Amino acid sequence: MNIRRRAFLKGILATGGAMALGTTLLPQSVMAEWPTSAFDAETTEDALKALFENGASAEESDKVIIKAEDKAENGAVVPVEITANLPKVESITIFSEGNPIPLIGQFTFGENADAWVKTRIKMAESSNVVAIVKADGKLYKASKAIEVTSGGCAG
Amino acid sequence: MAIHKKSIRAKAKLKGEITEVKALIKHPMESGFRKDKETGDLVPAHFIKELKCEHNDKVVMSAIWSGGISKNPYCAFRFKGAAKGDKVKISWEDNLGHTDTRDAKVK
Repeated sequence: MNIRRRAFLKGILATGGAMALGTTLLPQSVMAEWPTSAFDAETTEDALKALFENGASAEESDKVIIKAEDKAENGAVVPVEITANLPKVESITIFSEGNPIPLIGQFTFGENADAWVKTRIKMAESSNVVAIVKADGKLYKASKAIEVTSGGCAG
Repeated sequence: MAIHKKSIRAKAKLKGEITEVKALIKHPMESGFRKDKETGDLVPAHFIKELKCEHNDKVVMSAIWSGGISKNPYCAFRFKGAAKGDKVKISWEDNLGHTDTRDAKVK
């Protein structure tokens, strides 16, 4: 009964969020996993709460490593590499705190995958890049300040 | 949608027991926050929302993105359990409902 109620509420939330954004053209079934509320959030904290039940509990960890240049000449293309030296890693989530939408993306790993990802992100201004790692149900965090010399018209 | 056909370039390379997948996708990744330089109007959002990689019908890595991933996205990740000659399937879907998919052979 509880589960059905939750699924129902989730459905309402998902539909409401999508309508607010004007994205109702999307087939809900396909896009059900894309958490609109997290991508609408204007701060990392709010996005984390939307993504994880324990979103306020991330603790700093030197087991999470962000590899990136200290200075980015082009904010439109900032290479980042994230490694989590932790057991049972489920996902790595990346934020650029100075962007209008701080949540860049979440990478979820299958059981055979390494806790490692490399990608390129946009940064609107100099700010912290934050990596949140979910491992064995707990959240771990690392931040790195990156100076952007020309902004990336980012999102 | 025809405009995104053959948008994915992918390599999967086996080193020891680990396969490293590198994917490069041709996509504008418009966040919806960028202004057109000539008209000053906001360029409508057009970005990949989901990227997925499968091996033997199992999801190796799946990602959800905002328009904060750079234009022509690059994504690399690693997994165990593949053999040379295996296929990895990479697919994406964007906020306008466009999709593309591609198989890469593990080398």
